Amino acid sequence: MAITEKDLNRAAAAAAPADGWRGFRSGRWQRHVDVNDFIGLNLTPYEGDESFLAEPTDATLELWDAVLELMKKERQNGGVLDIDTETVSTIVSHGPAYIKRELEKIVGLQTDAPLKRSIQPFGGIRMVDDACKAYGYELPEATRKLFTDIRKTHNQGVFDAYTTEMKLARKAGIITGLPDAYGRGRIIGDYRRVALYGVDRLIEAKKEDLLQLETDVISEDVIRAREELSEQIRSLAELKTMAASYGFDVSRPAANAHEAVQWLYFAYLAAIKEQNGAAMSLGRVSSFLDVYIERDKREGTLTEAEAQELIDHLVMKLRMVKFLRTPDYNELFSGDPTWVTESIGGMGNDGRTRVTRNSFRFLHTLYNLGPAPEPNLTVLWSTRLPEGFKNYCAKVSVDTSSIQYENDDLMRPEFGDDYGIACCVSAMRIGKQMQFFGARANLGKTLLYAINGGKDEKLGIQVGPALAPLSGETLDYGEVMERFDRVMDWLARLYMNTLNVIHYMHDKYCYERIEMALHDREILRTMACGIAGLSVVADSLSAIKYAKVKPIRNEQGLAVDFEIEGEYPQYGNNDARVDDIAVAVTESFMNKLRKHPTYRNALPTMSVLTITSNVVYGKKTGSTPDGRKAGEPFAPGANPMHGRDRKGALASLGSVAKLPYASCLDGISNTFSIVPKALGREADTRVRNLVSLLDGYAASKGHHLNVNVFNREQLLDAMEHPENYPQLTIRVSGYAVNFIKLTREQQLDVLNRTFHGSV
Amino acid sequence: MMHTGRIHSLETFGTVDGPGIRFVLFLQGCALQCRYCHNPDSWDTQAGELRSVDDILREIEPYVEYYRRSGGGITVTGGEPTLQAPFVDELFRACKERWGLHTALDSSGFCEPSHAQALLDATDLVLLDLKRMDRDAHRELTSQPNDRILRFAKHLSERGTKMWIRRVLIPGWTDGSDELLELGRFIGGLDGVEKVEVLPYHRMGVYKWHQLGKAYPLEGVMEPGPEEVARANRLIGQGIEEGKRELALLVAK
Repeated sequence: MAITEKDLNRAAAAAAPADGWRGFRSGRWQRHVDVNDFIGLNLTPYEGDESFLAEPTDATLELWDAVLELMKKERQNGGVLDIDTETVSTIVSHGPAYIKRELEKIVGLQTDAPLKRSIQPFGGIRMVDDACKAYGYELPEATRKLFTDIRKTHNQGVFDAYTTEMKLARKAGIITGLPDAYGRGRIIGDYRRVALYGVDRLIEAKKEDLLQLETDVISEDVIRAREELSEQIRSLAELKTMAASYGFDVSRPAANAHEAVQWLYFAYLAAIKEQNGAAMSLGRVSSFLDVYIERDKREGTLTEAEAQELIDHLVMKLRMVKFLRTPDYNELFSGDPTWVTESIGGMGNDGRTRVTRNSFRFLHTLYNLGPAPEPNLTVLWSTRLPEGFKNYCAKVSVDTSSIQYENDDLMRPEFGDDYGIACCVSAMRIGKQMQFFGARANLGKTLLYAINGGKDEKLGIQVGPALAPLSGETLDYGEVMERFDRVMDWLARLYMNTLNVIHYMHDKYCYERIEMALHDREILRTMACGIAGLSVVADSLSAIKYAKVKPIRNEQGLAVDFEIEGEYPQYGNNDARVDDIAVAVTESFMNKLRKHPTYRNALPTMSVLTITSNVVYGKKTGSTPDGRKAGEPFAPGANPMHGRDRKGALASLGSVAKLPYASCLDGISNTFSIVPKALGREADTRVRNLVSLLDGYAASKGHHLNVNVFNREQLLDAMEHPENYPQLTIRVSGYAVNFIKLTREQQLDVLNRTFHGSV
Repeated sequence: MMHTGRIHSLETFGTVDGPGIRFVLFLQGCALQCRYCHNPDSWDTQAGELRSVDDILREIEPYVEYYRRSGGGITVTGGEPTLQAPFVDELFRACKERWGLHTALDSSGFCEPSHAQALLDATDLVLLDLKRMDRDAHRELTSQPNDRILRFAKHLSERGTKMWIRRVLIPGWTDGSDELLELGRFIGGLDGVEKVEVLPYHRMGVYKWHQLGKAYPLEGVMEPGPEEVARANRLIGQGIEEGKRELALLVAK
């Protein structure tokens, strides 16, 4: 007799503990851990507009007021409200804590009080020690001793293995921002698994994996895998303990929307209690949670206002994620970012959209709670997204400048339909892929090494390969390119070796137990390299090729400045003469990276992303042949240098869209700022024009776009009167910040960038 | 035939000079010298860069998708585009033929209608700036009287060309009640006016006057606030109603 759909459903219901799966369409996901299969079968795509959305509840407003008050105190206190210096953070280190218990629908804090930061020394004790000191706290001597003499950290491991050359390159700043003294982050646990399956089922699956690894030859790889799996199982047990301290039993699947949100948040909370990673992203949870909300609504147990309240309270918690970091870390990644990136929207491989009502609810938090940089809301844009959703996204951007867009039509063929963005622009399949974060190499400086025979123009010492310096009166394009190529060869080798050291040690001393517990056993690892200064290099090479560039040398013979005679084509004007140079440089450097062996056979990838480090990179780099003076900032990410894109926004976007995603699979960041009236005179025109702009950029294969809509005057006023702008949010390379939390230098950099339509 | 034009600059993402997203071409050279001009560097008819129609078409081509998707097109402004009518005419025709783009001409209207017949045939929309209704005041503000401009407006009305009428609102110069009512009445007597835009005067072009070594003639004039813009819209609207009534009476007779 044939089995009917009904029989299957009945069987599924019988098998599901505590009825968590009632009413769901059955499928492969019931027999295997496969969240995407569950989503595909149970999703309710939403094609309408935002009119169904609900206002914040009284509880939400009262709670958010309390949080805002705490955040204000935190600012007044110099950026950190309090530090628990006594307790090393683990999943179970701190008992339950609340903001206002009776109001909180979703509970769970990192320590025993809201916004109190914990110490997380496994990445490096010095970072913790320095951070405590910087904010006026003293780390207990016993803890310092423990993590210096008794328990080794990642940081110590790395420096034990670094070569002389690596240390020198780091000092010169040709490779910077490396995660060698802090947690690497950029790993997304599939936090949805905890809601869908409950922890017990996940432990069972991991135990099965362990059994599978009882192989004939217990090689180094198998030993490592077995140890990691055992650690993962232990962390899952700790997750249950932590949830139990709040009175919840996460060993079983979530039975309704409230539990689904709570379970998922507990899983994420466990991750951030265990790891202080540079970016601790959330993944792609909104439409998954929508399935639970839709079921509750069908069953008549949840109203729209209650659904919105759950999301508002979750987002409030995500806005409160805090890590203890040092002020110079802040120079690289300013504004205290945590990159709780949530990816929203996109299309399914079945041709249906993955936009649900809950995609709208997440964006709606920007109205209910006001604008904010976190969570880092990222819309996966496809030209085929429903019009209602496109329009709402554009409206939110115009009103709040708080969201970023990434091209789903470009990423879906590479990563399938259940990927998420880690940090800013790094796509990865959720639960099936992770990356080894590799910060970035300074290509601007690399070009100067090519001109100066491998000597650093700031330090005056030999850092790169000792080539004969170029001695002609003007720079010859062919000669410069030949040297540049050789210096890039050297850099690619050194860079990859350095990353191998870092990630070997991170796995050894600072392993992400709970995040990896929420991954499959066999995963794809990428070695995510990056470059900074692409526009500086493209313009410099263009100047050398199309104008006359005379180096001005110091007594040591190093070119410390350049005189340019004549005009040259500049990146950002959709001019093939220079854009082709930018394309060739990215392809060439990526190919060089591919030549080197990687730790754990990771797949090399590359990003064109600076975060806010474009300022600090510029500071460390001498004058460049494009006319940029020593110390001046680079353009952020893949942006053209400010003021050089003279043909308007579309020409500027056109240049960036030419950079090949295949060579930059870790993302190509572009930050776009426009004054409101340059988008159109009326509000609905602005929305329509922004939608057309995003559609056009996606169709021309642009990867990422930060959209800022504001006037320069408003930012100037915020610099003078920060107290009036506690929630003013702006997008910088790949994330968003509270404008008032930027350093003055970075504020000026933002102000100096191209604002399309300012005159 | 391949004309060349004197080009001041171009903007690939224009959103305020006509509907949708537009390619905006700024031509060099103008016959007026408005005291509030924010592009005084576009006056000189001998400056700028000579470029062919084909050259400009190549600049437009990469963005045609954006212009189409958004219901936009191309706008030629200046300077004064009708001073180079044959060039603009050829450009507009090519844009229509190749891509079916919507074409808009942003003009001061200081142009003999007979000189622009072919160009107007290729133009879907004229953005017409009516700077002052009072003849002497117009001359004081722009260096020329307005007879020819008003004649041009009437001509557009007669031939059925669609128009957006614009008024730059300069406190103390173009915002008198009688003046705005009069403007409205004039518009009320025209056919084909799709939109009337009051553009608040701004001072963002002042630096260009200084760069050119010229004294800025409106030193001390303030930018109008939203209430003043609303008031101007109200007065013009009132004038338009009056103008329409007058026209209806005239037709009835």
